[in-house]
Amino acid sequence: MTRGGRLLAAAAGLAALGAAGFAVLTAPATFRLLKAETVASVPASGDAARGKVWFDAGGCASCHATPGQADHTRLGGGGELHTPFGVFRSPNLSPHPEDGIGRWTSADFIRAMREGVSPDGRHYYPAFPYTSYRAMTEADLADLFAHLKTLPAVAGRAPDHDLSFPYSFRRGLGLWKLAFLDGERFRPDPSKSEAWNRGAYLVEGAGHCAECHSPRNAFGAIAEGRRHAGGPDPEGKGGFVPNLTPHATGLGKWETGDIAELLKSGFTPDFDSVGGSMAAVVRNTARLSDADREAMALYLKSLPPVANPRPKAAEPRK
Amino acid sequence: MHRILSALIALSFVGTGAAFAQSDAIAQRKQSMKDVGAATRDPGQMLQGRQPFDLAKVKASLQVYVDSAQKMPGLYPPGTEQGGDTSASAKVWQSKADFDARFAQWGSASRAALTAITDEASFKAEFPKIMQACGACHEVYREKK
Repeated sequence: MTRGGRLLAAAAGLAALGAAGFAVLTAPATFRLLKAETVASVPASGDAARGKVWFDAGGCASCHATPGQADHTRLGGGGELHTPFGVFRSPNLSPHPEDGIGRWTSADFIRAMREGVSPDGRHYYPAFPYTSYRAMTEADLADLFAHLKTLPAVAGRAPDHDLSFPYSFRRGLGLWKLAFLDGERFRPDPSKSEAWNRGAYLVEGAGHCAECHSPRNAFGAIAEGRRHAGGPDPEGKGGFVPNLTPHATGLGKWETGDIAELLKSGFTPDFDSVGGSMAAVVRNTARLSDADREAMALYLKSLPPVANPRPKAAEPRK
Repeated sequence: MHRILSALIALSFVGTGAAFAQSDAIAQRKQSMKDVGAATRDPGQMLQGRQPFDLAKVKASLQVYVDSAQKMPGLYPPGTEQGGDTSASAKVWQSKADFDARFAQWGSASRAALTAITDEASFKAEFPKIMQACGACHEVYREKK
């Protein structure tokens, strides 16, 4: 073999090793092994009635209900999320056997929600907020799955996502998960009240408030230390998502009752009414109990205050 | 030369006037929205049980709604899509007919409520329906803020 040939062979060998290493690192099984909190026994079936609260708190309908029709339980998918990475389209979450999750097992669903992996072993993009849902317990997820199975089956699949390279390369999400996906379940804080723990579980888990109300880093992960502090609208329309921390630039002047009221009626203490995608969030939180809304408010008021003023008004065009 | 110059000066005045009209419309519609919010405080707190029912206050608020519904569609002229800290969505101008129709509907519902609401029971039954118009319209036509 010539020197050139040897070099070429060495390079090819390295490339193969690199590819193999990449394949191993990005495999869904690797995340499960290294970071996921896997339980020995997954509940085989859940309680559909109990699961309704997770359906509402999780806001499943906001993304998965078929757009353009009023029934929020028809989860044909197709809702769009416009982001700097491209357009994400929500899949069919109805119990349709071919197009939805009709053939899934409870374990499939729990894995999707906690590890962001489909039953056929592909990574989901974190536009599906498993980064928050992973905090939920297996029992609650099994109840939610049971509830989803009671909803109407809707035929049809949504078109694929429309993402720019390299984000279109799904397998690469394995690396993203190793870096940014916390595999752990919510841990109650025994030093805090039951209501606080309930609120923390609702806000950080199913409610996934931080997913919109936090600025993100260059990789699209929530910027730690700025969690819940609001920021530019991730849907990129030039809006500003409010700061939820109890700082003067956030909810500092709000009483817990004010926050609970907003989650019920959509009205702020000044009787402004929330708009944009928060209107859909309020339709969901309006279905929760007063106690759950109060608990969420209590938890939000206990967050470390972070300063994040809304940008000054742009000068009117001259 | 003079004619060109004076035409230019005249044009620049027109331009400034238009800019004033634009920022004016944005400021006016923002104020109008604030007035509606302020008018909702009393009936809103009555519904929340934080204020006693008062028919006169309810009617005063409904009158603000009727008046605002009439003037607001005119406060979104073309050219006011941006600036002045507006949080109006581009959809306002893309679907102006629907946008205007929603104001008309809210206005006539408020006018009807002026006579339909006669006591606390009819207030509790009718008023929340009118308040729902706020969120329904904001969902489509307002950006996050």
